[in-house]
Amino acid sequence: MYPIERVEPLNAEVTRMVVRAPEIARKIRPGQFIMLRIDERGERIPLTMNECDPEAGTVTIVFQAVGATTMRLAQLKAGDALLDFAGPLGNPTELEGARRACVIGGGLGTAIAYPQAKWLHEHGCEVDVITGFRNKDLILLEDEINACSARQIIMTDDGSNGNKGLVTQALQQRIDEGADYDLVLAVGPVIMMKFVAATTRPYGIKTLVSMNPLMIDGTGMCGGCRVKVGDEYLHACVDGPDFDGHLVDYDGAMRRGVMYRSFESAAREAAEGRDCNGGADGERKGA
Amino acid sequence: MATSYEVNRQKEKTPISELDPAERAKTFDEVALGYTEEEAVAEARRCIQCPNTPCVSGCPVGVPIPRFVEQVAEGNFARAYAIVKSANSLPAICGRVCPQETQCEGVCTRGRNGEPVAIGRLERFTSDWAFAHPDEAAAAMDGLREECAAGDELACSIWRGAEGAVSQDLAGKRVAVVGSGPASLTCAGELVKRGCDITVFEALHKVGGVLTYGIPEFRLPKDLVQREVAKLGDKGVSFEVNALVGKLYDIDELMEDRGFDAVFVGTGAGLPSYLGIEGEGLNGVSVASELLTRVNLMKAYQFPEYETPVYAGKKCVVVGGGNVAMDAARTAKRLGADVTVVYRRGREEMPARAEEVHHAEQEGIKFQLLTNPVRILGDDNGWACGVECVRMELGEPDASGRRRPTAVEGSEFVIDIDMLVVAAGSKTNPLIAKTTPGLEVTPRSLIVADERTGATSKPGVFAGGDAVIGAATVILAMGAGKRAAAGIAEYLTQG
Ligand SMILES: Cc1cc2nc3c(=O)[nH]c(=O)nc-3n(C[C@H](O)[C@H](O)[C@H](O)COP(=O)(O)OP(=O)(O)OC[C@H]3O[C@@H](n4cnc5c(N)ncnc54)[C@H](O)[C@@H]3O)c2cc1C
Ligand SMILES: Cc1cc2nc3c(=O)[nH]c(=O)nc-3n(C[C@H](O)[C@H](O)[C@H](O)COP(=O)(O)OP(=O)(O)OC[C@H]3O[C@@H](n4cnc5c(N)ncnc54)[C@H](O)[C@@H]3O)c2cc1C
Ligand code: SF4
Ligand code: SF4
Ligand code: FES
Repeated sequence: MYPIERVEPLNAEVTRMVVRAPEIARKIRPGQFIMLRIDERGERIPLTMNECDPEAGTVTIVFQAVGATTMRLAQLKAGDALLDFAGPLGNPTELEGARRACVIGGGLGTAIAYPQAKWLHEHGCEVDVITGFRNKDLILLEDEINACSARQIIMTDDGSNGNKGLVTQALQQRIDEGADYDLVLAVGPVIMMKFVAATTRPYGIKTLVSMNPLMIDGTGMCGGCRVKVGDEYLHACVDGPDFDGHLVDYDGAMRRGVMYRSFESAAREAAEGRDCNGGADGERKGA
Repeated sequence: MATSYEVNRQKEKTPISELDPAERAKTFDEVALGYTEEEAVAEARRCIQCPNTPCVSGCPVGVPIPRFVEQVAEGNFARAYAIVKSANSLPAICGRVCPQETQCEGVCTRGRNGEPVAIGRLERFTSDWAFAHPDEAAAAMDGLREECAAGDELACSIWRGAEGAVSQDLAGKRVAVVGSGPASLTCAGELVKRGCDITVFEALHKVGGVLTYGIPEFRLPKDLVQREVAKLGDKGVSFEVNALVGKLYDIDELMEDRGFDAVFVGTGAGLPSYLGIEGEGLNGVSVASELLTRVNLMKAYQFPEYETPVYAGKKCVVVGGGNVAMDAARTAKRLGADVTVVYRRGREEMPARAEEVHHAEQEGIKFQLLTNPVRILGDDNGWACGVECVRMELGEPDASGRRRPTAVEGSEFVIDIDMLVVAAGSKTNPLIAKTTPGLEVTPRSLIVADERTGATSKPGVFAGGDAVIGAATVILAMGAGKRAAAGIAEYLTQG
């Protein structure tokens, strides 16, 4: 069992949780993730390391309550324990050598990108962090990011923080201003990562994106997390989760990403017959 | 030929009771119910006790088949069990999943004129019987020890194989076993007998390897696997789950920091292969291990009571002809799909156990043999909706002795689907190879290990099972685990 030491809501949807896992805390690096199971009946879900403290033997995760498992997770309290907590999984993000980096977080992706920004900052890289949220109440880790970046630009969809727009607009503006990044790292919704990669492509800036496909085992066995990168299928759990943003098949990833969303809502309905001319909204007909 | 019993001349195997095919295709309950005592005795009496024992040479671990069958024939079930255990530490599992028709039963003399003796079913019977009668089974073991102490050589050889300590001089030695499939469980079991301190490291949250996450409940009940694991626990083997070696620890750290004197690597061949055809990224397409892991490891067939969901369509094609394909097909069927197996060679060439193919047919699974998928068609939503196939014909035998299939031009046709499962084999996960300096691997990431001792190119590191030979069978993995245990014992007493 893995005891929960602290639980703290960051906003209405997002929770920070500190879990005791000394062996993992010693090993886990920015970009790596764990898979947890709350209890015997629970699903295995992947969550990225947000902070780790090898001395205290703890790993911090930040998660958004979007479905059964994350909602249940958000209800747990300090003193409760998780049945399974496996990691470190995936590869650490390749950050060595970057001098001028831009780290981009979309929504919850900000929490996932934070350890990378911090690592870069601590290793002498000048880091800009651009984050985007639906509105100002959802802004995450503002103080933490301020402490580890040269510049923090926070965008909101509704402009409620006085800075309306998309992260890609902020990125384009920085590039136009002459920020000559040698690394752009994007973590967030697939659609956001797709447009970040499209923004950097003309300039040939090395761009890493952190893919978050559905995962079951997280050890390279089930093929569920496959992502098409260039001509081949790679497994995000063992070959990723970061990939060359200019090679990823984002449309395929988005399609696979909703596969279980529609299934889940339709889980109990008999699947209706479908033909080669099905509906139009990207989800399963009958869902 | 001398038998102490009257031989049963019946040409066919004594039938085994099974769940009704129509009923069972809706549940995950075990299909074959096992012999009753009377049926087991009747079947055992079909054995004619051949002096040259061809069946024994057909068994990769050399179970003394006529010896145990004779005891079943006489109604001495506890002793029969002890004899089976002498060569096979997981008889309840092997009795159920060994490809008997190409091993022990394939060379049984009775099979030349009629069906062979149902060795697998008898093996299963003895171990299920022993589980239901633990005191009598234990007494039979004690009896053997006493007979051995009194100088009976046969009793000694059985007793030593089954329970006896070969030597206790490995006390204080510590061995790490990586992975927890049949190779690892066997290796751990053999070494704990010799007094070693064993820790098994498993990446997943449950122990058992393919026995737990791959082979479905209706063929191998999971309780039975956990029962075998619990027995090892009782003997002092420790298990660390959620421990992906290569990430949490690497092998050098296990030896240097955690003080293990030797390491056995039994990490299997879990990395899936794809077909490499257009459309494999479509929704509704998965590899068999995703379907099987969701269902077996995560119990998705009990969704939403268990929280992991599983997608099941109505019209499913499974591509492949091995055990994995049969398990995927029968699982999809149980989830409500109408299932067709597409396989590029013929019936004869199917590598699956004959019994599983038979069971699949009984359950209403269709077969398109000599058929190969060439691309998967998608609808506007990105879901698979059809698979284009081509007919194949068998040409000349290739290097492996199997006849190579070639496509018949112009024979393309489309099968309507909403689900496709790829069961096209698997490869070794390169993680251990990548994180273990000095460990020699083949270009396909198979670990190079000495066949007799399991020793790898790295001192103190041994390996066996699918990680060494590629996807194979439970019994071969067990045999490798056993040989590696002996190899490790030798290494530790020399070192
Ligand atoms: C490598 C990796 C790292 C991740 N790190 C984090 C993290 O640090 N914090 C965090 O909050 N989330 C993270 N995620 C996503 C997280 O795993 C999912 O949100 C979680 O599995 C949802 O589980 P659930 O049972 O609560 O929701 P479900 O009921 O399974 O799903 C709820 C909804 O979310 C969608 N969904 C499920 N899984 C994903 C996914 N992987 N990506 C996008 N949508 C999904 C479903 O389609 C559905 O609509 C990560 C995913 C990956 C693959
Ligand atoms: C669906 C299916 C059906 C089958 N049916 C049959 C059958 O009927 N009869 C038969 O004889 N054979 C069958 N087989 C084949 C048989 O199961 C395998 O040959 C056998 O299980 C191999 O045993 P193993 O011990 O080498 O490895 P596995 O059983 O594969 O176990 C390996 C274990 O190691 C773990 N692992 C991997 N990497 C690491 C790591 N880095 N750190 C820690 N742990 C790790 C894995 O999670 C896994 O639990 C079937 C296989 C499948 C997939
Ligand atoms: S272990 Fe397998 S091959 Fe050997 S006798 Fe038993 S069923 Fe036959
Ligand atoms: S070959 Fe068949 S009949 Fe002969 S001893 Fe073996 S099991 Fe009995
Ligand atoms: S999650 Fe199963 S292969 Fe990556």
